[in-house]
Amino acid sequence: MGLASEMAEEFSKTEPQQDVADIPLLRIDAAVKKFGTFRAVDRLSLDIRAGEFFALLGPSGCGKTTLLRMLAGFETPDEGRILLGGEDIAQMLPHQRPVNMMFQNYALFPHLSVRDNIAFGLKRAGMPRPQIDIRVAEMVALVKLEGLEKRRPDQLSGGQKQRVALARSLARRPRVLLLDEPLAALDKKLRESTQFELMELQRRLGMTFVIVTHDQEEAMTVADRIGVMDSGRLEQVATPRELYEAPVSRWVAEFVGDINILEGQLETREAGRLMVSTRDAGTITVAEPRHAVTKATLCVAIRPEKVKLSRRGPVSDALHSHAINRLEGVVTDVSYLGGVTSYKVKLDSGAVLRSSMANTARIDIDAYSASQRVVAWFTPDDCVVLEQ
Amino acid sequence: MSTRNIFARPARLAAIAPWLWMLLFFLVPFGFVLKISLSQTAIAQPPYVPVFDLTQGFAAIKAALAALSLDNFKLLVSDDLYVLSYLRSLVVAAVSTSILLLIGYPVAYGMARLPQRWQAVAMMLVIVPFWTSFLIRIYAWINILQHDGLLNKILLALHLVSAPVVWLSTDSAMYLGIVYSYLPFMILPLYATLAKMEPSLLEAAADLGSSPRQAFWLVTFPLSLPGVAAGVLLCFIPIVGEFVIPDLLAGSDSLMIGQTLWLEFFTNKDWPVAAAAAVVLLLLLVLPLILYDRLQRRQLEQAR
Repeated sequence: MGLASEMAEEFSKTEPQQDVADIPLLRIDAAVKKFGTFRAVDRLSLDIRAGEFFALLGPSGCGKTTLLRMLAGFETPDEGRILLGGEDIAQMLPHQRPVNMMFQNYALFPHLSVRDNIAFGLKRAGMPRPQIDIRVAEMVALVKLEGLEKRRPDQLSGGQKQRVALARSLARRPRVLLLDEPLAALDKKLRESTQFELMELQRRLGMTFVIVTHDQEEAMTVADRIGVMDSGRLEQVATPRELYEAPVSRWVAEFVGDINILEGQLETREAGRLMVSTRDAGTITVAEPRHAVTKATLCVAIRPEKVKLSRRGPVSDALHSHAINRLEGVVTDVSYLGGVTSYKVKLDSGAVLRSSMANTARIDIDAYSASQRVVAWFTPDDCVVLEQ
Repeated sequence: MSTRNIFARPARLAAIAPWLWMLLFFLVPFGFVLKISLSQTAIAQPPYVPVFDLTQGFAAIKAALAALSLDNFKLLVSDDLYVLSYLRSLVVAAVSTSILLLIGYPVAYGMARLPQRWQAVAMMLVIVPFWTSFLIRIYAWINILQHDGLLNKILLALHLVSAPVVWLSTDSAMYLGIVYSYLPFMILPLYATLAKMEPSLLEAAADLGSSPRQAFWLVTFPLSLPGVAAGVLLCFIPIVGEFVIPDLLAGSDSLMIGQTLWLEFFTNKDWPVAAAAAVVLLLLLVLPLILYDRLQRRQLEQAR
């Protein structure tokens, strides 16, 4: 291990052509964290670039919070390295790290005023008093808390506390800001507006943010890239769009958003098309994925909004009509959700296919009702092929 | 509306109960004590005059009222014995409370940081001495501290001393007894405030650049001050009036006010002076009592 890292350093030294911007600000290298025999973080590696807004997304207990706490220094990895700007900080104590964290419950000091909460970290850094005053004023303005400087945390609303916590964690200008479910305690409306403020702030300050959340909408809204975690490992690291449209595994596909999964066997392969024979929906034509398909047993995954319904099947498209997948069935469930209507269609095989259609017109004469017979259709490009 | 009607009467009655208790068991007896403190000692039954006798008519009561005087209080101020007793009580209480805080804080802090299930065990260990009578525990200390007691035996066996040390009837023995007896009253309120403190506050302090020591002084300690105040007052107030421990463990050359009071009452049979001493003691403790009451109220409001 020691030799290997030395060699890696040697290697990077002898490669002057490597662009500085390409070196990640934060590199997690095969980090392991065990609690007893349980591996909360299991040989996880991840690079986060400077100026990036990165989200760690996963179900509770997946290890995302442990990973964040390792970055903050509250947990020490049992194995592996954490490099910040090339320096291994894995064993460094929290108060010596140039990163700051915004806590889930805000952890504001109840005996200190808003001003003193924000100034706390600056005083510890030995900043002279006049500069502290300037920085605090700057932070107060940044999070729009003017006039509340003298208040105690118990005299603030939830949204105001959240802002104080944000200002406090930003005041030291950390190289990385860690956010642990920062908006979980806010109500839905406030959470949404705060998400946009966070993004705006991050862009304006050009800082690196790492946010932990279990809310996929939140992750997709704020983050440039998302790391989806399960059982201490990263399942996929991708942009929100890639994650949704091109999940790499069935688990990710099912975790992020809704999806229809049809299991089947690879039948034939021709001209960029795969024919998959499924138990529930017959033979389905799918576009051949970029990654090589090696196994015979496959999953065909289709997002509900890609499944269109019509009374007689798709309006014929000369070029593609032969490849369009058509499945007949009966509408069993209609949920009107405002922007979209969600349908459940029971196929003749007995399997249920979900479809959601945008309500683009106020008066929808094309709405389907329960027990109506329909054709559900989707193109080969709408499908994602996943190996089990 | 209907629920309010159902609960209104019992709630009001319940609110009266503590006041009734205070009236019957504090204010009325205190009235008696106050009256006796204004009387003069006499060889009689009861041993003081005047005595209010409602059967003698209004004139007699008027005369009795006129006979009341502040002479006993003047005596308390003029005689060194009493002034010194009060001072000794205050000094003993202050010193004991300081020692209690110095021992109790680390213990409570350690307890609050134990794993959850061990906290309950530690709590039991703090409370367990209460299962034995207080007097028996003090007598046990006499046994340990006496000339041929356990402590001297151990010291001799270890060759730390060449002859038995006099422990009993010293101030050290008294402080030992007081600290031993009052320690739970210091630990429990401290533990209560320290245990409910958010661990994330210390993480936040560390995250913002505090070393563990700075985090303690900047976050833990200021936030535990209500517990410190509660523990200090809970020990200081009763120690000022302490009688049993100094009487059994301390020497007889200087007395605490509780002992002086007992002497006046039982040995000298001077009820009026003893009553006056009691009234002054109460007045001395009113200030810390009010402080304690304020503190509790503030905590209740914060809890709401």
